[in-house]
Amino acid sequence: MTTTATRPPAPLPEQRDRSILTRLQHLLHAQATIGPAVVLLVAVIVFALLSDRFLTPGNISLILQQVAVVGTLAVGQTIVILTAGIDLSCGAIMVLTSIVMAKVAAGTGLPGLPALLLGFAVGTLCGLLNGVLVTRLKLPPFIVTLGTLNVFFAVNLWYSGSATIRGTDMPKLLLWTGQTFNIAGTRITYGSIMLVVLVAAMAFVLKNTAWGRHVYSTGDDLEASRLSGIRTARVLLSVYATAGLIYALAAWTLIGRIASASPQAGQTDNLDSITAVVIGGTSLFGGRGAVVGSLIGALIVGVFRNGLALAGVDVLWQTMAVGVLIIVAVSLDQWIRKVKA
Amino acid sequence: MSRRAFGLTAAAVLALSAAACGGGGSSGSTTLVGLVTKTDTNPFFVKMKEGAQQAASSSGATVQSFAGKQDGDNQSQVDAIENLIASGAKGILITPSDSKAIVPSVDKARAAGLLVIALDTPLEPASAADATFATDNYKAGLLIGQWAKAKFAANGKQPKIAMLDLNPNQVSVDVQRDQGFLEGFGVDVKDKNKIGDEADPRIVGHDVTNGDPSGGRTAMENLLQKDPGVNLVYTINEPAAAGAYEALKAAGKEKDVVIVSVDGGCPGVNNVKAGVIGATSQQYPLKMAQLGVEAVTKFAKDGSKPQNTDTGVTLITDQPAQGVESKDSAFGLQNCWG
Amino acid sequence: MTTPVLQATGLVKRYGKVTALAGADLELLPGEILAVIGDNGAGKSSLIKALSGAVVPDEGQILVDGEPVSFSSPLDARRAGIETVHQSLAVSPSLDIAANLFLGRERRRKGVLGSVFRMLDRQGMREEARRQLDALGIMTIQNPGQAVETLSGGQRQAVAVARAAAFGSRVVIMDEPTAALGVRESRAVLDLVLQVRDRGLPVILISHNMPHVFEVADRIHIQRLGRRKAVVDPKSVSMSDAVAIMTGAMEPPEAA
Repeated sequence: MTTTATRPPAPLPEQRDRSILTRLQHLLHAQATIGPAVVLLVAVIVFALLSDRFLTPGNISLILQQVAVVGTLAVGQTIVILTAGIDLSCGAIMVLTSIVMAKVAAGTGLPGLPALLLGFAVGTLCGLLNGVLVTRLKLPPFIVTLGTLNVFFAVNLWYSGSATIRGTDMPKLLLWTGQTFNIAGTRITYGSIMLVVLVAAMAFVLKNTAWGRHVYSTGDDLEASRLSGIRTARVLLSVYATAGLIYALAAWTLIGRIASASPQAGQTDNLDSITAVVIGGTSLFGGRGAVVGSLIGALIVGVFRNGLALAGVDVLWQTMAVGVLIIVAVSLDQWIRKVKA
Repeated sequence: MSRRAFGLTAAAVLALSAAACGGGGSSGSTTLVGLVTKTDTNPFFVKMKEGAQQAASSSGATVQSFAGKQDGDNQSQVDAIENLIASGAKGILITPSDSKAIVPSVDKARAAGLLVIALDTPLEPASAADATFATDNYKAGLLIGQWAKAKFAANGKQPKIAMLDLNPNQVSVDVQRDQGFLEGFGVDVKDKNKIGDEADPRIVGHDVTNGDPSGGRTAMENLLQKDPGVNLVYTINEPAAAGAYEALKAAGKEKDVVIVSVDGGCPGVNNVKAGVIGATSQQYPLKMAQLGVEAVTKFAKDGSKPQNTDTGVTLITDQPAQGVESKDSAFGLQNCWG
Repeated sequence: MTTPVLQATGLVKRYGKVTALAGADLELLPGEILAVIGDNGAGKSSLIKALSGAVVPDEGQILVDGEPVSFSSPLDARRAGIETVHQSLAVSPSLDIAANLFLGRERRRKGVLGSVFRMLDRQGMREEARRQLDALGIMTIQNPGQAVETLSGGQRQAVAVARAAAFGSRVVIMDEPTAALGVRESRAVLDLVLQVRDRGLPVILISHNMPHVFEVADRIHIQRLGRRKAVVDPKSVSMSDAVAIMTGAMEPPEAA
């Protein structure tokens, strides 16, 4: 029987001479959120210089309110994308949920809390449907959610009759997310607070629980996860269902913001949530990213929109800016992934 | 060919043609009318569809409806027209998403003998359709502009105008309402076909809303942030106006700011009654659809083509202004849609 | 006669018309390194998949410590104490070394934080990972908090082996551990294989690389045409003879 003493340990790998660029690449690799955070900081500085009405507490609170709906959607979208999936139906689930909550309450006189919980249940079930189709039929998430997007949207139109439900017909609880409270002289909506709490909670869960790790590893390498004993089908199901619940939270925030439940709302939110996630540094290939990044991504888009409007720039350039941001974000992600030992 | 062979062939051809004609006449059962709208989510188009179907059942026609997926989706409308030509429709009623790009398909339909009527939005050139039944969107804007001008002349305030448009694409309905409003208010619009080229200092800015309440709120917030003194808001439609109102309410300014809009949908007119919207131009999608179906059935019967028809626009407000004709919200509610 | 730690008798596995295993046998004795060699199509991977629970055989029996078992998933095999280092390594590149070591069997914090909030004991796992790496003499990996994708091929292999050694209580199966590695890194991995055996865990080593096989194996199981053709002693049979038996060019010597 041989012992370790007779064989010398393998020599260390050569220390590589690292250039600034390579160092940056490694840094971003370790912490994917730094890139977007820097972009946000730079954008805030630039717009503050362009307009003295930009960097006021009131305006900052406004921007947070403006991104609250998409930001909430983006949290759900983030966990789906972390599993190397994508959810094109998030906006449709949100709108359907908002209509169900509002219509049931306005029509049957159901009080706020049960109506809200019913909405949450509907959102979770819609997400679960996505999860079942992805895991059982083994279809690509892009295709599945493209299909369910249309299904949920059609159900939404049918159930609502294309009619908007007014806030005045709804119980107060449904509108709670739009109410504000005073902090340090500025008004902040409960919906914005809910978003921040949600991001913190999800970040905690992803970092500190086994489920969180399984989400990352399932997206990073599905086969390796399976071989390691992770029940990947269960992980995926739970991710899509949780995302559905989060979209229902976004519905609540939406009702608070527009003081109504409109079946025509949220048409662009599907793509906007994906934009926020991508700009925030989460990789579309799965296994890499953070929910804080998605919040930053949503804020970046909101800051650009608000900042450009204050600076009097034509709306055309807002659209251009978002497009450029996406391309930069994805290219950056590709570069970061190339890190070698 | 010998005389006999020629005679036999001629007889066969005649017999076949007779059979074909006879078959065409009787096998068609009812007149097929195609309705192609921009989307099927906007209540405006939902009402149009209902109106078409009502008119169809009373005049013995059938309506087949199609819609694009969103504003600007030209391809779905192209496909719809081809479908209708193949199905043997007698006429097509269309609200074009892209007034220019749809023209080749319209030409195809007309060449195949179908009657094509543009509803709500004219084609470019307007003569590409057999007729246009539409709201004069420019007039719709003009009316609310004139009303706002009179209102501000009466209260003597210095106007600060926020313009809430549809989207960056500068589609005709967006441009016409925006420019009509500005002209009615007394602003030099420079190029009537372009939003945003004005230099009048009374305009605080333009932003886009996507025609929905969420976009309306965000756009209003941003313009309000740019200049908190905004006291007049033009909105592309009533859902955007509802969103703008929420933004004003959150800033505590809803009493100081006047909102004007276009559409005349029932929720919108209710908002006029509630004081959320100061004045709105009401249009009549049901009427457009009804007239359209009637025109197609008439064309199928005797081949006569209709004339361009302005389906009318009425200013609805509970605060009538000097020199601008209007009707009140009660009238609006009787004639509203959605 | 010692009870084999792991034994397979008469395993049969068919995939449609193809018969991968045609009545295969195997015995793994305590404290040994058993190399499994065979040409392509001999049924090596199917044999290993059956033993590691990745595949359910159509016929035949598997015994652990003399007791019959049936594995319906890789988890069942793991629970029986059989750990497998797959050819693909089955590591999640973006996660760190400690996370990979405990992948699928994460440790939670003690008390309320662990049971109610289900918080992971990240510090504890990292320390344990460091201990496991040290125990196997893996000096080249400095920081268990490093992401696996920043490691070289050999280092990743070392992590996969450390994982198997840490959790394996009965058997460690290694599938082509040196196949993708250069000379120096193969050296290090072979050392690890010996380390594992010296800790008391018997090893089944599948390999194409004859010199490596002859260097570490105590016995060599030669698989041919879905069956065990022979088990030879590397000290008494030459490399070329072993290859010849494997390809059918030579008949095996009489069993001892």
